[in-house]
Amino acid sequence: MSNIRLMARLDVKGPNLVKGVQLEGLRKIGDPHVFAKEYYDQGIDELIYIDIVASLYERNNLLEIVRSATKDVFIPLTVGGGIRTVEDVRDVLRAGADKVAINTAAIKRPELIREISKRFGSQCMVLSIEAKKVIQGKWEAYYDNGREKTGIDVIEWAKRGYELGAGEILLTSVDMEGTAKGFDVDLVKATSNAVPIPVIASGGMGNINDMISVINDGCADAIAMAHVLHYKKLTVQEVRDYAASCNVNVRRLKHGQDNVG
Amino acid sequence: MVKITLVDYGMGNILSVQRAFEYCSAQVIISDKPQDIKNSDFLVLPGVGAFADGMKGLSERGLIEAIIDFASKERPFLGICLGMQMMMGKSEEFGIHEGLGLIPGSVVRIPDQDVHGLRQKIPHIGWNSLELPSEKENWNGTILEDIEIGETVYFVHSFTAAPENSENRLADTYYNGQLISAAVQSGFLYGCQFHPEKSGVTGLKMINNFIKQNNIK
Repeated sequence: MSNIRLMARLDVKGPNLVKGVQLEGLRKIGDPHVFAKEYYDQGIDELIYIDIVASLYERNNLLEIVRSATKDVFIPLTVGGGIRTVEDVRDVLRAGADKVAINTAAIKRPELIREISKRFGSQCMVLSIEAKKVIQGKWEAYYDNGREKTGIDVIEWAKRGYELGAGEILLTSVDMEGTAKGFDVDLVKATSNAVPIPVIASGGMGNINDMISVINDGCADAIAMAHVLHYKKLTVQEVRDYAASCNVNVRRLKHGQDNVG
Repeated sequence: MVKITLVDYGMGNILSVQRAFEYCSAQVIISDKPQDIKNSDFLVLPGVGAFADGMKGLSERGLIEAIIDFASKERPFLGICLGMQMMMGKSEEFGIHEGLGLIPGSVVRIPDQDVHGLRQKIPHIGWNSLELPSEKENWNGTILEDIEIGETVYFVHSFTAAPENSENRLADTYYNGQLISAAVQSGFLYGCQFHPEKSGVTGLKMINNFIKQNNIK
């Protein structure tokens, strides 16, 4: 068993860290770098930056935020939002990202997944799926922050993404996102059991037990946290310690990331 | 200030590696020129991607001979991820390919079944612990000095280096029970499969040790 990864998800709009409910009604939270550094110091395993308006307005503005993160945040960075071409991916990786998360552009042209994984390796091609429940046991993939329907079944899309070369799946439940009412455990479980690549559960974590159930019952390989960290309901250390006390495999840290230099 | 030459051959996350060395107060020179490599004091060979592409990137720039020449002169060398794999003699990634041959051994695929025959997820992605190989007593005098057994570092790879001689194995890790060579050493030549530039405090400690090597050797 490998360690379950604890990630912080930073939704970014322009220069600001924002947080919405079900990907709508965005609230400004602060400077993304301040939060990124804080989570790094607390010992987060990875950071995910998503530019949540980029695919609506057809632009790419995350590069500066990513470049500044590489100065003092030394953990893997995944970057998504508005990435449409192999050249976009190259620019994001050059800015210091380790992986890219692709949703809209992959739905519009699935071959992009193959092109990215072939050129840069599947380890950096994260397929981002926004899932909305249709009926019990069935979910539909959305894009543009849960606004646009695709008619594509989430589980089928996850399998197709894997076959095309995706190395991980960032799975966001649009229904649960920002509600703090818990992950959609059935969604995560159905997806994780359908593909042999890691699934990152995103959307809905409101307390520490939500995390345990999505790992134990949902077979998540990683969890993405936003609400609980941004609103300082929990620290990364509390999450890590509690996970360990529940026999969840997480990496052990003594005191977060103390400074060396 | 310690001057590091970082080899840029078109494979991977140069900026992140540069930033981590700068954070540890090194001056970083990024180069793809054989002359710069031959003349450098410390050489770092990073890399993400496929073995054959990596060797091709080095060969197209005429860097293979320069790196082998550098390595023969007892100066500190660090290969990271693909950079470590290329230190081996050969690789079995998509056919047999020749490596730099700095350390005897080969690069093989991580099996997609664990030691109990169960399917395991490939690539091996995530934080995993550094373990002392059974033949080693400690990491004193190496770039892992002051790192405790069990400290975690960040891995992402589908292939793994298998050194022929156990004395070249500096640190191991286990993926679902499967032994993976996490770091290798031959004198001043080091390689790490994990990404020190993405491994938080532990990775920075190793980078610090690497650039202070004249003091610890």
